[in-house]
Amino acid sequence: MIARALGLPRFRFNGALGATIVTLLLLIAVFGPWFAPYDPLKLGLQFRLQGPSTAHLLGADEFGRDVLSRLIYGARTSVWIAFSTTLFAVVLGVVVGILAGFIRGWTDRLLMMVNDALLAFPGLLLALGFMAVFGASRNGIIVALGLAYMPIVVRVVRGTVMSLREREFVEASRVMGNSEIVTMARHILPNCVAPVTVLATTMFGWIILSESALSFLGLGVPPPAPSWGNMLSTARPYISQAPHLIILPGLCISITLLGVNMLGDAIRDWLDPKMQG
Amino acid sequence: MVRFILTRVASAIPTLLIVSITIFVLMRMIPGDPATLMLGDLAQPGQVEALRRQMGLDQPIVVQYLIWLGNVVTGDFGQSIATHQAVLPLILDRFSVSAIIVLLAVLLASLIAVPAGMFAAWRQDRAGDIAVIAASTLFLSIPSFWLGLMLLMVFGLWLGWLPIVGYVPFSKDFTSALIYIIMPVVTLVLVESGSIARMARASTIEVARLDYITHARAKGLSEPAVMWRHAFKNAFAPTWTLIGLILGSLLANIAVIETVFTIPGLGRLMVDGIYARDYPVVQGCMLFVAFIYVVVNLVVDLVYPLLDPRVTA
Repeated sequence: MIARALGLPRFRFNGALGATIVTLLLLIAVFGPWFAPYDPLKLGLQFRLQGPSTAHLLGADEFGRDVLSRLIYGARTSVWIAFSTTLFAVVLGVVVGILAGFIRGWTDRLLMMVNDALLAFPGLLLALGFMAVFGASRNGIIVALGLAYMPIVVRVVRGTVMSLREREFVEASRVMGNSEIVTMARHILPNCVAPVTVLATTMFGWIILSESALSFLGLGVPPPAPSWGNMLSTARPYISQAPHLIILPGLCISITLLGVNMLGDAIRDWLDPKMQG
Repeated sequence: MVRFILTRVASAIPTLLIVSITIFVLMRMIPGDPATLMLGDLAQPGQVEALRRQMGLDQPIVVQYLIWLGNVVTGDFGQSIATHQAVLPLILDRFSVSAIIVLLAVLLASLIAVPAGMFAAWRQDRAGDIAVIAASTLFLSIPSFWLGLMLLMVFGLWLGWLPIVGYVPFSKDFTSALIYIIMPVVTLVLVESGSIARMARASTIEVARLDYITHARAKGLSEPAVMWRHAFKNAFAPTWTLIGLILGSLLANIAVIETVFTIPGLGRLMVDGIYARDYPVVQGCMLFVAFIYVVVNLVVDLVYPLLDPRVTA
């Protein structure tokens, strides 16, 4: 309705709002340390569980640490993990997907067998299994979630490659004497950009959600380093004394996901006008 | 039809085998020797050696897998390191807790979200549609564990209407069991309704553009008759697949909800197993949830032709 009042198509309004939220998040993640009022690990037991005040704008946690500073550093953690994980899943998924789709034969069959096995698990279950192997740590989460989400990228890329490899321009590249690698890099890869971009945006949101869920379960970012998920987890016992410790980190996750989802929808509508509705 | 069912059931067997290999390999990647982990740090080398032989760990890896697979197929999921209980009965016990919550939540979410999504599609780009999209995007963006904590805070702590934590088995006291699972179920219903409504809306819009719907309208049928009698079946088919996926994946995702509301379910069993490095339990839970996931998807596929008869062709 607001969109109509502004004379914009809905998806453009959503895109603008989503892009604004995501840009703000990225700015906070990158420049956070410059304007965070306190060290996120600095204890201040006299402020323990205090609500918002002039000294601590968003209150203090169970160890008297400044909540605003911890939320800012938490944004950094979430963005860093989501970004690295998405990159990991996309790079690995694109390489495997192109190889499988282009070479075909036994390579394809073997790669797809492993891929389908990973797809046969619900995402979080696989991530939990990997966390059991790697133990709770930042790099553990990146590898675990990256491996859990990679198979979806492989599927999408392989599908795109399969539909392209018999097309004339790919054949032309071969006839011109280009090697398979050059053909893949110059003619196949660019065509995978659109579907992978749509998927990567959506995945960025899933990963932020999964990371916070793992951290909430105590299997993600280990305390005392702040992440929105582990802040919620450590605040649980104080839910009645200090509700702000529960409300704020969850609000941060929700606003971030809302922004990412809206931006993702807009990018999908833009790159794939068929889906517009 | 019979051929379709047989092919589909047969195709689930290799999937399950590959799933079992994945879990076996994953568990062997865990640092440390299973026998040493099982006996603890104080075990004598002789004891470890004996247990290794008993567990078949001195055999080649393929033989080890086959021994393990044979045990799993006959229902022997091993013993918990921490409690020495058999793993499978433990899993089944916890599963009965999670299954009720998940089934109830997915059923209610579907009953609310499918009509809502179809309504939105019918009113495309009007106020009703925008309200449904806005609500579903919102609920899609709220993490279930936070929503659970907020409900707990408002309805449990501030208003005092519902109990905050705990669980009563249905076999013990039906009414209080129901009261205890209201909040977890409502949380999951809200969160899952978002994606179901979006899917139902998108597929209804697609179907509504087809000629036979225009034809039905041209015949002079009322809008509700067009939607229910003609659009529903075709529009529901893709949503049905999504509901199946949600049903299966919730068994893993429910761990966070069980943590929020202190419910002794399957998700919690696995997470506690990971904390305690109780690998037989973790392995059993993974295998069990993956098995259910594959079976649920199989059932969804088998029911699909009833919704869309073109599939068997």
